[in-house]
Amino acid sequence: MTYLPELTDIAGDVIVAARNVVYAFGETQALRGANMEVGRGEVLAVMGPSGSGKSTMLHCLAGILTPQAGEVMFDGQRLDTMSENERSALRRDRFGFVFQFGQLVPELTALENVALPLLLGGAKRSEALERAGTWFSRLQIQGLEGRRSGELSGGQAQRVAVARAFVTRPSVLFADEPTGSLDSLTGELVMDLVVGLAKEDGTTVVVVTHEPRVAAYAQREVVVRDGVVTSRWRAAGKRSPGS
Amino acid sequence: MYTLGVTVPQTLLGLLEREPSHGYDLKKDYDRFFGRGRPLPYGQVYATLGRLSRDGKVEPGPVEPGEGPDRKRYAITELGREEFEAWLTTAIEPEPHLQTVLFTKVVLAVMLGRSASNYLDLQRAAHLQRMRALTEAKRTDNLVDRLLADHGLFHLEADLRWIDITAARLPLLAQEIA
Repeated sequence: MTYLPELTDIAGDVIVAARNVVYAFGETQALRGANMEVGRGEVLAVMGPSGSGKSTMLHCLAGILTPQAGEVMFDGQRLDTMSENERSALRRDRFGFVFQFGQLVPELTALENVALPLLLGGAKRSEALERAGTWFSRLQIQGLEGRRSGELSGGQAQRVAVARAFVTRPSVLFADEPTGSLDSLTGELVMDLVVGLAKEDGTTVVVVTHEPRVAAYAQREVVVRDGVVTSRWRAAGKRSPGS
Repeated sequence: MYTLGVTVPQTLLGLLEREPSHGYDLKKDYDRFFGRGRPLPYGQVYATLGRLSRDGKVEPGPVEPGEGPDRKRYAITELGREEFEAWLTTAIEPEPHLQTVLFTKVVLAVMLGRSASNYLDLQRAAHLQRMRALTEAKRTDNLVDRLLADHGLFHLEADLRWIDITAARLPLLAQEIA
């Protein structure tokens, strides 16, 4: 019996896009003309084997790396031609980040870690801490506000990192292997929370993962292989545009 | 929903080990726990009970007053209990069911100089689509449904890992087959 998966079109307008993006680390070509688009409010999984270029793609989309050729667009603007200051402000105010290992600041309490992006954005300390505090119940980690990262389990630390990523109410959340260091059950909890919060807040999520069960939380997936985003196939064998 | 490959006679024996039941109640419980969108036809319930009864694994009670076929309460016998116990404590043969089809397609594609990697991409998309549906189905308070969805998810994930590793090994495979 033939079974053909449906092609999911991007819902709504495009908020983030890469066009013919090229990036090399020295002699190593990580991206060789990669194209992809992310719809506003969409949860998109970027899959691919280790070394395929999927994390480099995420870093280019988020303005952490500047591609050597090609364009990166965010909300209708060229991201790759912005000054470092402009990109830095964008990363702080419009983007949220979750990495494989929470990367909390060990000297700060969980509450201060969550408040950090607000403080960096110029919020008053009392106001930042108060806003940060409201996220602990949403992430089911109330009571842990005063702990430092060394006093948190992996799953708790990752939920603090998720709270920190959402606290500025970003337009786009970039997550790079967010459950990579967690067991299945905890990883599931973290993904449930990320997707649930994104839905409530209308946040776009780009999640890089090699785990199919994590990718299954997304509405759509793209696969990066050898530095390009591979196309998906239509029933008639025609390549689909835009993926 | 994902369907379990449970065998009907053993499942009915298991349900009867709890307490003697009418065919109607057995069907209701089967559909609730194991049916997953594929209800057990009444005909199959009574035919199975008939065979189990003939083989001495269940015992029909006296015909109760009333109408319709459901006028007997069935009870498990000692023989039925032994069979159920043996079934329950035996591992089933691990079946690499899907891989055989996937494997055949991949090898044939490589052999015939067609794109095995396109096929694998298509299969990956199909698997992920199914996994998305199962992940969505897990958004329920019903733990039985969640566990079933997990069962399906982990199996599909295993296939996907095979798809990924095969995609990475296609050049080697082409050399070996050539």
